[in-house]
Amino acid sequence: MKLKLKIWRQENSKSKGKMVLYDIDNVSPDMSFLEMMDVLNEELMIKGIDPVAFDHDCREGICGSCSMFINGEAHGPDRYVTTCQLHMRKFKDGDTIYIEPFRAKTFPVIKDLVVDRTAFDRIQHSGGFISVNTSGNTQDANSIPIEKANADKAFDAATCIGCGACVATCKNSSAMLFVSAKVSQFALLPQGEVEATDRVINMVKQMDEEGFGNCTNTGACQVECPKGISLDNIARMNRELVKAQLKK
Amino acid sequence: MNRITYSLNYRKPKENYRADDELVICLRYFHKFGSNNKGKIIKKSTGIKCKLSDWDIDWHKNTERFPIKNSDKLFSKKNKLLKKKVKEFQFFISNLDSINTVSKPKLCSKVPLGPIADQWTSHKNNIRLVSPANKRLIDIIVVGTGLAGGSASATLAELGYNVKSFCFQDSPRRAHSIAAQGGINAAKNYQGDGDSTYRLFYDTVKGGDYRSRESNVYRLAEVSTNIIDQCVAQGVPFAREYGGLLDNRSFGGVLVSRTFYAKGQTGQQLLLGAYSAMNRQIARGKIKMYNRHEMLDIVKVDGKARGIITRNLINGKIERHSAHAVVIASGGYGNLFFLSTNAMGSNVSATWKIHKKGAYFANPCFTQIHPTCIPVSGDHQSKLTLMSESLRNDGRIWVPKTMADAKSIRDGEIKPTELLENQRDYYLERRYPAFGNLVPRDVASRAAKERCDAGYGVNKTGEAVYLDFEAAIIRYGTEKAHLKGLDENDDELVKKLGREVIKSKYGNLFQMYEKIVDQNPYNTPMMIYPAVHYTMGGIWVDYNLMTTIPGCFAIGEANFSDHGANRLGASALMQGLADGYFVLPYTIGDYLADDIRTGPIPTDLPEFDDAEESVINKITCLLENQGSKTVDHYHKILGKIIWNKCGMSRNEKELKEAIVEIQNLRKDFYKNVFVPGTNESFNEPLAKALRVADFLELGELFAKDALDRTESCGGHFREESQTPEGEAMRDDKNFTFVSAWEYKGNPSNAKLHKEQLSYENIELKTRSYK
Repeated sequence: MKLKLKIWRQENSKSKGKMVLYDIDNVSPDMSFLEMMDVLNEELMIKGIDPVAFDHDCREGICGSCSMFINGEAHGPDRYVTTCQLHMRKFKDGDTIYIEPFRAKTFPVIKDLVVDRTAFDRIQHSGGFISVNTSGNTQDANSIPIEKANADKAFDAATCIGCGACVATCKNSSAMLFVSAKVSQFALLPQGEVEATDRVINMVKQMDEEGFGNCTNTGACQVECPKGISLDNIARMNRELVKAQLKK
Repeated sequence: MNRITYSLNYRKPKENYRADDELVICLRYFHKFGSNNKGKIIKKSTGIKCKLSDWDIDWHKNTERFPIKNSDKLFSKKNKLLKKKVKEFQFFISNLDSINTVSKPKLCSKVPLGPIADQWTSHKNNIRLVSPANKRLIDIIVVGTGLAGGSASATLAELGYNVKSFCFQDSPRRAHSIAAQGGINAAKNYQGDGDSTYRLFYDTVKGGDYRSRESNVYRLAEVSTNIIDQCVAQGVPFAREYGGLLDNRSFGGVLVSRTFYAKGQTGQQLLLGAYSAMNRQIARGKIKMYNRHEMLDIVKVDGKARGIITRNLINGKIERHSAHAVVIASGGYGNLFFLSTNAMGSNVSATWKIHKKGAYFANPCFTQIHPTCIPVSGDHQSKLTLMSESLRNDGRIWVPKTMADAKSIRDGEIKPTELLENQRDYYLERRYPAFGNLVPRDVASRAAKERCDAGYGVNKTGEAVYLDFEAAIIRYGTEKAHLKGLDENDDELVKKLGREVIKSKYGNLFQMYEKIVDQNPYNTPMMIYPAVHYTMGGIWVDYNLMTTIPGCFAIGEANFSDHGANRLGASALMQGLADGYFVLPYTIGDYLADDIRTGPIPTDLPEFDDAEESVINKITCLLENQGSKTVDHYHKILGKIIWNKCGMSRNEKELKEAIVEIQNLRKDFYKNVFVPGTNESFNEPLAKALRVADFLELGELFAKDALDRTESCGGHFREESQTPEGEAMRDDKNFTFVSAWEYKGNPSNAKLHKEQLSYENIELKTRSYK
């Protein structure tokens, strides 16, 4: 396949970026999107052009590093995949593909397609944990049975990979899906209940301080989420928040 | 005594020289033999000349210590050269010294005495502790934030130490432990199928083909149960049964169900658990987290590990970090093969750097080739994707019985589903009736390679076998239909119900396969082929997990200790968390008890200067190189050499060839590599070049180790050592030891130290899965 790539190039966080056009030939439909980017970068380097910087690591769709906005969609046109698992068979010969970083005020660009998502980490620091000592003196794992349905729902929420597609997709750059996934996971488990009040208040507060927008229930995040995290989690977080505020 | 001094090389009586005679400068050092202090003064020429009149006889009184006076017009250049020579010599001598002290046993495993079941308890009772008040005065560096590094950082911080954690990713949550799929073993015996600490210990030692240290493995089995309790308390959502209790599945190489899991994302859930524990400590200020930082060297002061040099991957800043101990948890080196299931960024640099500064590298050739990965699709391939071993619980592995059918399948003339049961060769079930599709990974991988090499492969390249779920779908479907009182003879209904069960068990894996291969594995068998997955070899550590550098520890995949020559499925997560949560936090205290009065370690020591300078020189050298070939070009060639000549089966001839080829490739790399950009920017090719440079050195040691071990064991298969049926043949008489390699200037000079292994609690016998 032959493709035209229009890629966001930006030297560093301070410089101004722009879209630059590159042509690429010999793209195989079996390539993953990032392998196509590898080929492009090899060609650019041989020509003496600075290769396009992008985040990537596991290339199995689980680490959450890759963060490309492809043709106006986070992680591209396919559903339930990250960019690394998007394959070129989803595109046609002669296509022009627009590749941008995940855009949000809270995700400043570091270079080209690489963005700074440490705001997510800071939200997790504010309450994304259960305060239990890790020295091993805990009770037996089977001493508290957990209803399977709840355990499964907690697991589904816990599969969030922290990529930021929800924020990049949301017109308000809201991180509600990300934050609610963690809040839900713990709210659904008896181990997490103890600190539920403080957790939801602190995490939401930190989310607001970071500058993420609010949720207006358009549901775009759920559609673009590579792991299919459900909007139900946001509802659950809102309920947890109201409950916590009433308690306080 | 290693003091080096300069002197002029007089060949005739001093008074016969004139002021403008040129003399060569040499370096003198005192070389000690043995322990009785005998020795002699040795002179080595530097090749640098100066006029007698320009020689500063009082140079040693200067603070600057430059022997050539500024009346020589090239004095500054020559002095610089001399300084460099001294540095080279210092390194050379430090190696000489260790040769001369071999009489002193260097490899002391520090295994406690007493019955194996009591060793860990008695060790914990007897090692020294650091009081809570003193822990506050002690800094610890942890490199890597995977299961081992993350859990160690969290626990050390919780105990009260000041922890600095480093990862090259943008967040600790992205470490590659996250990609582990199948599960984590623990001897809980919740299923009541006869599991126990001893059985887990036994299975692990046997699975490792009797090349691991008994005491370490027993401890691992002992603390395994704590891990599950701990993780559940942290909110890790393991799979549960309808009664609300934890569910288990079985895994390769064992006969009990002891594997805890969270669908096919167990690694993710456990890592996020460790990440959350870290977050709690980061919030308390006890962990200082350094994201997007890569460790480029370790700093030793007075022989002890006292800090590291890092590069900030965003702006290239070279930074110094000091601490009282350094913990390396940087994972394995599977990316040596270029194509592996490791993450793109996984690398050997941290472990290789400590190896070069004195940590022994153990069993580098012990690599795990995982049997169930998605086959290579073309030259563009950048990495391989694993399909969890748990799939072998329900999938049956086969190739066509006849060569003609295999060819028709490869040519696309027939579909695999068209072949009848008797036209298929379920080779694992045929060769190993007792364990069938659940033989250990090394055995399954070699069997797949054997069939493909014989011409029965089923994809275009002939390098794939089938993993078929049809039998399981029908079995589960029938069960479900019976349970619901539906018609068990309705084929379509049974298959539909069966697919639902399979989906609930392996849904994400099936989806991943479909996305990558573009085939629906519910309707047609998966194609799989072995790929590099895990490295059992790593930094040699004692029972306390300390390397041969005092104060430098290695945990998780980075060390060598627990898996011998082959790792059983679901044991990597167990080891990472055991080391990080439950072992290192105790054993590190024994070392740090000496450091309570040391105070903060300054970073302006000359040792830091030297380490930083060598890092900067290396970076400059790579950036200024006028080459034309990219880093990936070299990495791919290296990977091909290793895969073809040191891969699933190895022989003397090819290993020797590999060593020469890698040496030549390394030379070519430094001559012709092209690294674009500058140090002061986000420069991934530069970061990669530094990693590949280390792989190019490791590769040689890897082949050297494989060459040295002429037996077959576990994942290491030497063609010269096999039974008539083609099974691996161990040589317990000559090879029941750990190969620990000491660095001596370059990989080909590496010196072998042996840690003899003794088996007192398990009988050493031939592994059989038949």
